[in-house]
Amino acid sequence: MAHAEGQQHPLGVYIKVWILLFVFSAFSYMVDYLDFQGYLRWSLILFFMFLKAGYIIAVFMHIKWERWALSAAILVPPSVLLVFVGIMAIESDYTFLTRILYFGSG
Amino acid sequence: MSPQDSSTAVAQPADLKPGLTGLTEDWASDQRAFKNVPWGKAMMWIFLLSDTFIFTIFLISYMTARMSTAVDWPPVSEIFALSFGGEPIPLILIAIMTFILITSSGTMVLAVNYGYRKDRKKTVILLLITALFGASFVGMQALEWTKLISDGVRPWGSPFGASQFGSAFFMITGFHGFHVSVGVLFLILIARKVWRGDYDTEKRGFFTSRKGSYEHVETMGLYWHFVDLVWVFIFAFFYLW
Repeated sequence: MAHAEGQQHPLGVYIKVWILLFVFSAFSYMVDYLDFQGYLRWSLILFFMFLKAGYIIAVFMHIKWERWALSAAILVPPSVLLVFVGIMAIESDYTFLTRILYFGSG
Repeated sequence: MSPQDSSTAVAQPADLKPGLTGLTEDWASDQRAFKNVPWGKAMMWIFLLSDTFIFTIFLISYMTARMSTAVDWPPVSEIFALSFGGEPIPLILIAIMTFILITSSGTMVLAVNYGYRKDRKKTVILLLITALFGASFVGMQALEWTKLISDGVRPWGSPFGASQFGSAFFMITGFHGFHVSVGVLFLILIARKVWRGDYDTEKRGFFTSRKGSYEHVETMGLYWHFVDLVWVFIFAFFYLW
């Protein structure tokens, strides 16, 4: 879609996404309410989180309709944060083990 | 699809290409990489990108604290439970806050839409409703903080378990609440400008001297949706996990 400056779209798209966001939020709340535990809990939380985040970014923030020059400039840099998450996960595992080893509270 | 608005647009080459070819050509072109995007909006995106890094670093430090502590993490779902006369419902206040923020995101997106249609009345009303939802969100957060502080949670300790819980909670929700508060302030400012018709007369801004335009409502919307977006992650990682 070619656009003049400014994003104009039919209201229906927004209303649909709005309703979807409510549904996904209700589902992610149900994960806690029904007391799911372990990997089922974590994967469901992440699944609904990414769905919600994706819809907000794509439709409400119009990234779906922006030119790639802008969306790439916004979406690519945060990917380095995933590397950071990985590094800190390894680091905190190490800290946890040393705490167990030296303070013996495990 | 929509006709090019020559009054606001910098001269557009007729052959802007989509997709990957467009990406390389835009970035390789002179002067302006972000075609079809007003300056203020591009800069808002750059700001939001930097804010993404700040919030992610908060969440990463929270992850590090929680993964590395040998003491049990407090039962978050029970701490934020609320009872309305009967059995306490787990996490109910947080769920209500989540729904409030999503509702406000919806009214914001409608405000942007009616702004471009130059329907000033509806835009102002929707912006003010959004601000009202935002303010009620901050109010509930104040309630939550008061409850936790009276329960004895401090940035340096917590009676429920690992002492890092307090610092992570106050830091993350505090920074997010601050963002919401600033957003409410700017929503009211933008609503006032729409109400006065600044964006129809292209009145120059007091601070930036930029010409008024309904794109400012969209830029405001980007900020507001970002605040909602951050809450999605906080809700998942801090409250649900």
